[in-house]
Amino acid sequence: MLCQRCNQRDATVHLTKIINEEKTELYLCEKCAQETGQIPFNNNPFSFQNLLSGILNPELSSIDSVQPELICDTCGMSYKEFTKKGLFGCADCYETFSSKLDTLLKRIHGSNYHNGKVPQRSGGNLRIKKEIEQLRKELQLAIEHEYFEKAAELRDQIHGLVEKLEGE
Amino acid sequence: MSLKDIINNNLTYWVSADGPERDIVLSSRIRLARNIEKLNYPNRAKPAERAEVTKRVIEILSRQEQVKLHYMDVNDLPVLERELMVEKHLISPIHAQEGSEKGIFLADQENICIMINEEDHIRIQVLMPGLQLGKAWEIAGELDDLLEGKLDYAFSEKWGYLSTCPTNTGSGLRASVMVHLPALNLTNNIAKMLGAVSQLGLAVRGLYGEGSESVGNIYQISNQLTLGHSEHDIIDNLKGVTKQIIDQEKQARQLLLQKMEFKVKDQFRRSLGLLKYAYQISSQESMKLLSNVKLGIDMGIIDDVDSGVLSELMVLIRPAHIQKIEGKELDETARDIKRAELIQARLNM
Repeated sequence: MLCQRCNQRDATVHLTKIINEEKTELYLCEKCAQETGQIPFNNNPFSFQNLLSGILNPELSSIDSVQPELICDTCGMSYKEFTKKGLFGCADCYETFSSKLDTLLKRIHGSNYHNGKVPQRSGGNLRIKKEIEQLRKELQLAIEHEYFEKAAELRDQIHGLVEKLEGE
Repeated sequence: MSLKDIINNNLTYWVSADGPERDIVLSSRIRLARNIEKLNYPNRAKPAERAEVTKRVIEILSRQEQVKLHYMDVNDLPVLERELMVEKHLISPIHAQEGSEKGIFLADQENICIMINEEDHIRIQVLMPGLQLGKAWEIAGELDDLLEGKLDYAFSEKWGYLSTCPTNTGSGLRASVMVHLPALNLTNNIAKMLGAVSQLGLAVRGLYGEGSESVGNIYQISNQLTLGHSEHDIIDNLKGVTKQIIDQEKQARQLLLQKMEFKVKDQFRRSLGLLKYAYQISSQESMKLLSNVKLGIDMGIIDDVDSGVLSELMVLIRPAHIQKIEGKELDETARDIKRAELIQARLNM
């Protein structure tokens, strides 16, 4: 639905006013609502940081009163501050707040496991594990298509990697 | 130097070079967010820690031959230079503000720009003309490998790259395309398209980033989710959706010719006329008219102007660029007058 004032932007603000028992309804876009002073938009309440802290906060309110506040030893960031700013203070914050991050990251991304690139050095064994996973898929395909020579090759490669992993 | 030469000298690579699907996709961008282990993130770091980030990255990038990058400290750059970089979409407005140890590494072609101590320690960005997400990812990935060869990134097996903001956690990848969709707008299909796109885990924004309205029918589409999806999936997904949008836009253009031929032809020529003869013009109005002119060119109705006019002028007509070209500070009215002159010079090129 288009804004009733400018007739250009989508109406995102639905306003119901009841004055002397007379009800008026207005559908405005955010800009017109702001311009006509219908709604006191001080600091944009729909700003990214505000919305994000809305996602982060419900976590806090229910647990906060019972558990002691989580504070990162490395950078001094508290969980409360993190939910307000929407920013971690250092890599260790992830570890410190880990009990709450599973829910939180899932809420944001719909997933809580990384499934992408792994750095060569700091990635450690993960890179090998991912490679094994990939080779197993290829092996399955090779068997399905009866490419047995290729399959034998892949099997040896997988063995080699598994040994490397166990050796470390 | 003639105004034409000045215009050519001020064009950045993604604006002036050619690329696939360039009539609809103005540019492709890849951004990777990376942080260094054991150093507080920029929002929490002391000046010494921020300086350490700069030092380590300079050390690595100055000792390699793979790609030539120039380092600049943001504080050393005149304000106008910083604004020019924002207008070229090379750095964020936040990074253009004075601050301790904020740095920029820029390639000669300006297709690579690394921001140091922005929200994350390191933000690698690659900008390409047209639809070239794969190529941009390749370049960004190589730079990432180069840095990772010497730096211990903040990374966990479970959550991937540990970025400053949880919305970037995982791949730290933001892939985006800037698209020009005038016909979808004229045929009232844009809202439907935007709605569908947002259901696919993608975000749509206006030309100037977060919270901005669409100007000149230009939209930026990017992935929203970074955790749980591989870089290839993220890029393929965005590429696939962009191709669909290109098809839809092309169909809408056909529809315009079938149903409203005279009306759109009239509108394109009027827009060109206004741009050619206006004495002063705001950037908002310029963008609206330039969008019409580009559509006219791409649909073969206007044939004496080339299609690059929109992407070039959308950067050149912004305040910092006009003042750079003019060589002095100008108030709004003076800028509006110079903007009209500049557009006319470019249209006659």
